[in-house]
Amino acid sequence: MLSCKEASRLISQSLDRQLTLGERLSLRFHLVFCDMCTAFKRQLGVIGSAVKRYRLAIENNQDIQLSKEAKARISNTIQSSQS
Amino acid sequence: MSEQHAWLTEHGDYLYRFALARLRDPHQAEDVVQETLLAAIQNQSFEGKSAPRTWLTGILKHKIIDLMRKQVREQPMEDIGEDLPDEPGMDEFFFGDKRHWDEAPQRWDVPESDLEQKQFFITLQACMDRLPKKLASLFMLREVQEEDNEEICKALGITATNAWVMLYRARMSLRKCMELNWLS
Repeated sequence: MLSCKEASRLISQSLDRQLTLGERLSLRFHLVFCDMCTAFKRQLGVIGSAVKRYRLAIENNQDIQLSKEAKARISNTIQSSQS
Repeated sequence: MSEQHAWLTEHGDYLYRFALARLRDPHQAEDVVQETLLAAIQNQSFEGKSAPRTWLTGILKHKIIDLMRKQVREQPMEDIGEDLPDEPGMDEFFFGDKRHWDEAPQRWDVPESDLEQKQFFITLQACMDRLPKKLASLFMLREVQEEDNEEICKALGITATNAWVMLYRARMSLRKCMELNWLS
C-alpha cells in the first residue's frame, strides 16, 4: 500500500507524465481508501482549472490592450531598427 | 514593410493579452511583445504557410520562455532546492510521520460564481508570488502555457526528474497557502 506521501507525489506527477500501469493501479487503490489524498487530488484540480480560466479570461478580454504609449514606443523601436 | 508594420496594429493587443496571461506583469508583457515583433521583422522567415497571428504567437511563446529562463538564472541557488532529489523539506511541512498527512487536506468546493472565482484567483496569485521565482515560473510554464515537460527542461536546464520534484513542491506549497488564505 502506498503511503500518502508517495500517493501525493504520484498525483502531482500524473499531471506531468504518463504514470506506469503499476503506478496507476496502486494509486487508484490508495484513493479508494484515502479521503485525504482524494481531497488533495481535487485541490490540484481546482487550482489547475482556476489557472486555465484566468488565462482564457485575460486572452479573451478585448478591453485589455496595449496602451497608446506602449504602441508608440514599440512602433518607434521597430522603425529605428530598420533604418 | 507595410504588412509588417500592420502586425503591431492587427495583432499587438492579442499578443499583449497572451503574454500578460502568462507573465502577469504588464511591463514584461509589453517588452516581450516588442521583442517578438522585432524578431519577426528582422528574421523575415514568415513564409505565409500559417496565419501571421499563429506564427507571431509561436515566436512570443519562445520569448516568454527566454524571459523565464533569465529569471530562473538570476535566482540564488540556495532558494531553489533543485539539488535535493527527495525534497527533504516536505516532510516537516506536510508529513509529520513521513507517511501520512499532518493535516487532512480540506475538501474544496469548486468556485462557481464570478466573485468566488475572482477571489480564488486573487488568493492564488498572492500564493504564487510567495513561491521561489523558479518554482513559480515552472508552474506557470507547465499549467498556464501548457508547455510540455521536455521543452521546459531544455529551456530551464533541469532534468525531467527535477521538474517533477519542483512541480510537486510548487503544488504542495500552493494548496497549503490556499488553505490558509482562501475561505472555501
